[in-house]
Amino acid sequence: MTSPVAQAICAHCGGETQAGARFCCGGCAAAFDTINGLGLGQYYARLVRDPTLAPNRPEPTERWDLARCVSTDKSGHHSLTLAVDGLQCGACVWLIETALGREPNVTHSRVNMTTRRLQLGWTGDVADGGRLVGLVEKLGYRLVPFDAARLAAAADRTGRELIWAMAVAGFAAGNVMLLSVAIWIGEGQGMGPAVRDALHLVSALIALPAIAYAGRPFFRSAWAALRAGRTNMDVPISVGVILVTALSLFETLQGAGDAYFDSACTLLFFLLIGRVMDHRARGRARATAEQLLALRHSDVTVIRPDGTTEQRAAASVAPGSRIMVAMGSRIGVDGVVELGSAPLDTSLVTGESLPVLAAPGTTVFAGTINLGATLTILCTASGAGTLLAECVRLIEVAESRRGRFVELADRVARRYAPTVHLAALLTFLGWWGLGHATIEHALLTACAVLIITCPCALALAVPAVQVLATQRLFQRGILLKSATALERLANVDAVVFDKTGTLTVALPELIVDPACNPADLAAAAQLAAGSRHPLARALLVASGPVVAAEAVREVPGRGMALGDTRLGSSAFVGVENPPPADGPELWFARPNRPPMRFCFAEALRPAARETIATLARMRIGASVLSGDRRAAVSTIAGQCGIAAWQGECTPVDKFAAVEAMRRGGSQVLMVGDGLNDAPSLAAASVSMSPASGAELSQTIADVVFQGSGLDAVSETIVVARRAQAIMRGNIALAIGYNVLMVPLAMAGLVTPWLAAAAMSSSSLLVLGNSWRVRK
Amino acid sequence: MTSILGLILLSLALGVCALAAFLWSLRAGQYDDMDGAASRILFDDQPPKR
Repeated sequence: MTSPVAQAICAHCGGETQAGARFCCGGCAAAFDTINGLGLGQYYARLVRDPTLAPNRPEPTERWDLARCVSTDKSGHHSLTLAVDGLQCGACVWLIETALGREPNVTHSRVNMTTRRLQLGWTGDVADGGRLVGLVEKLGYRLVPFDAARLAAAADRTGRELIWAMAVAGFAAGNVMLLSVAIWIGEGQGMGPAVRDALHLVSALIALPAIAYAGRPFFRSAWAALRAGRTNMDVPISVGVILVTALSLFETLQGAGDAYFDSACTLLFFLLIGRVMDHRARGRARATAEQLLALRHSDVTVIRPDGTTEQRAAASVAPGSRIMVAMGSRIGVDGVVELGSAPLDTSLVTGESLPVLAAPGTTVFAGTINLGATLTILCTASGAGTLLAECVRLIEVAESRRGRFVELADRVARRYAPTVHLAALLTFLGWWGLGHATIEHALLTACAVLIITCPCALALAVPAVQVLATQRLFQRGILLKSATALERLANVDAVVFDKTGTLTVALPELIVDPACNPADLAAAAQLAAGSRHPLARALLVASGPVVAAEAVREVPGRGMALGDTRLGSSAFVGVENPPPADGPELWFARPNRPPMRFCFAEALRPAARETIATLARMRIGASVLSGDRRAAVSTIAGQCGIAAWQGECTPVDKFAAVEAMRRGGSQVLMVGDGLNDAPSLAAASVSMSPASGAELSQTIADVVFQGSGLDAVSETIVVARRAQAIMRGNIALAIGYNVLMVPLAMAGLVTPWLAAAAMSSSSLLVLGNSWRVRK
Repeated sequence: MTSILGLILLSLALGVCALAAFLWSLRAGQYDDMDGAASRILFDDQPPKR
C-alpha cells in the first residue's frame, strides 16, 4: 500500500486501509455486517487488539470433510472440536460463544483460549454442523476440525502425572519447611533434643512418601539414561535427592545432627514446576503421527474382472487391478486414469493449490482427492510402492537420525555429573581418612556438597528460557513443537523455502485490469459466490461482498453457468482460439457481449521480501526448492530477492538437495507446507511449516506458524538466538555459584538453613535472568 | 509437648485438605484454559437457554 493518501484503520480487523474506505477488504465488510446484524456490535467496543498479532482479516477457508470429525453419542447429541485461528482476546471468545449460543439447537459451545479450540455440541441433523461452522466463519474466524479419534488418542498422560507429582511435592515442601523453620529458630532458643528429633521424625513421615511419589519422573529418566550408558541432568538430581533423603533419615533415627528433608522436597517442587510449564507450553502444539496411518489404511473400491466391485484395503490391491474412485474420496493407490475425467485436489502430494484436471492417460498418486465425476484407475503401485509411502520412508530415515541431537543441558550434564560426584567422594575421603572424623560426620559433609551442587539452578537454566521463549512465540501464533527446536534454530545458517503455499499464499490474486469495470467484476462474482473453487474464491475476494446468484449450475472442474451467462475455462464459455495464458485464468461470457478474461497470478506471502532481507542481514542464505515449472519459480524467487533457486524438483530431489547442504556443513532450516516437502522437512536440521500446510508437514515440522506473514520465520530465528544466549548466561551463573559455594561445603561450613537459602537464591537468580527473553 | 503434637497434626490435616482441593480442581478442568478464564469474568451473563 504505497498510495500517497493517508492511511486509515479498517473498522473490522484494524489493519491498514486507504483513506475514505471503512474496510480493508470485502471479507472484513461482510464480517462487520454479520456481527452487527446479529446485534453483537458491542464486540468492537470490547475488543482489545493485540498489536503483536497480524490483523485478523477473514480469509476463505479450506474445504474439509465434516462428517469424519463429528462424534455422535447414543442420544443423538453431536460434538465437534475445532481449532480456531484469529482469536485476539476475550471479546472474540464472547462473540463466538454468544453467536453460537443463540442457535436453538446448540447445546454446548465453549472456546478454550489457551489451546485455541472450540468445542461445539448440537442436537438434530449432523449436517447442521456445517451451518454452525459457517456462522463462525462469517464472523471472520478460520476453523479447522480435529479428528475425533485423534483427540482421544492424544489424552495427555505425561502431563497429568507431572502435575500430580508437582502438587504432592508442593504440599510436602510447604509443610516440611514449616517444621524446619521451627527447628532452626528453636535451636537458637534452647530447644531440647527430644523436641528436635520429634520434629525431624514428623518431617521424615511427610517427606519420604512424597519424595518417593514426586521423584518418579526423575528417577525413571535417570535410570533409563544409566542403563543406556549415558548420563543426563536427571542423574545428579536423582542421586542427590536419594542420598540426601537416606542420610537425613539415618540422622533422624540416630537422634542426632542435621536433616535436609526440606531441601530435598523444595528441590523436587521447583524442578517439577519447570517440567510442568515446559510440558504445557509444548503440549499445545504437539501433533500426532496417526494421521499418516489414516491415510495408509483407507479402503478402495476394486472392480473385479467380471465387473462386480468389492471394498479392499488400499495396501492389498495388486498392480494391474482396476479401481473406482467416487467423487469426494481419496485415491488410495498410484495409477493411470483409464476412464472418465475429473479435477483432482493434489495439494497433499504436490502442494499445488489449484485442482488439476485428470483425463484418461493422466498419472495419479495416492493421497489425492477426486473432486469430480467417478474415475476408473489402473493401479500401477499400491501400499509400500506408492509415492506417498516413499515419502514416509524418507521421513522415517531422517527422523531416526535426528534423534542424535544432544541438548545443551545434557552436554553440560555429561561433564557436570562426574565432577560433582567426584568432589563429594573426595570430601568424604578427606574428612574420614585425613581429618579422622567419624563416618557419619564425613558422610554428612559429603552430602552437604551434593546439596549445594544439586543442580537446581542448572536444571532450570535451559527449561525456564525455553518456556518463556515458547510462550512469547505462541502469542505471535508460532507454535514450537520440539524441545530442542530453539537450540537448533539458533545455529541455522541457511534457509530453504518451498514456493507454492510457503513463499506464496494458497489463494491466487486477481491481476486488476484497468479496462475491466467494477460492475462486470461484480456480475462475475455473483456466479462465483456459490463455488469453492480457489479461482472463484479469489475472484470473490477481489470483488468484495456480492449477492450470490441463484440457480447457478456448477460443472466441476469446468465452470459455472446461469442460463447463457457462463464463468469458467475458455472451452466452457465457448471462446475459440483463446490467447495464450501466462497463469490461471477465468473467462466470463454473457449474451450479446464480448467474453472477458480474468487473469490470476500467485501472490507473495505478506512480508516475504522483508523476511529475505532480514535473513540476509543475519548472514543466513536463502534458497528455493520447488516442484513447480522453472519459469514460475524464477519469477517468485526474483520477486523475493532470492538468487539461488531450483525448479521441477521431485520430493526425492528436494530431500537429496537438503541432505547435500547438511553434509556440506550447513545447519539448514527448511520451510515448506506440502507432502512433497515432508521428507526434506525431516531431513533438515530444523523445520517450519505454515498452519495452512498439509497436516503431515505440520506433524513433522518442529515449528508451525499461523497467519499469512512470512516474517514469522525471521522472528523465530531472532528469538531462538536470543534464547540461546540467555541459556548460556544461565549456565554460567549456575556454575559460577557452584564454584563459590563448593569450597564452603567441602570445608564443612554449610548448615541446613544455609543450604536451603543458597539453593533457592540461585534458582531465583536464574529464573530472573530468563525473563529477559520476553523483551 | 502434647499441644505441639496436636498443632502439627492439625496443620498437616489442613495441608492435606488444600492438596485434595487442588487435585479436585485439576480434575474438574479448571486449569485447562487459564487465558480464557481471565477474560471470561468480564462477560455479561448470557440469557438462560430455552
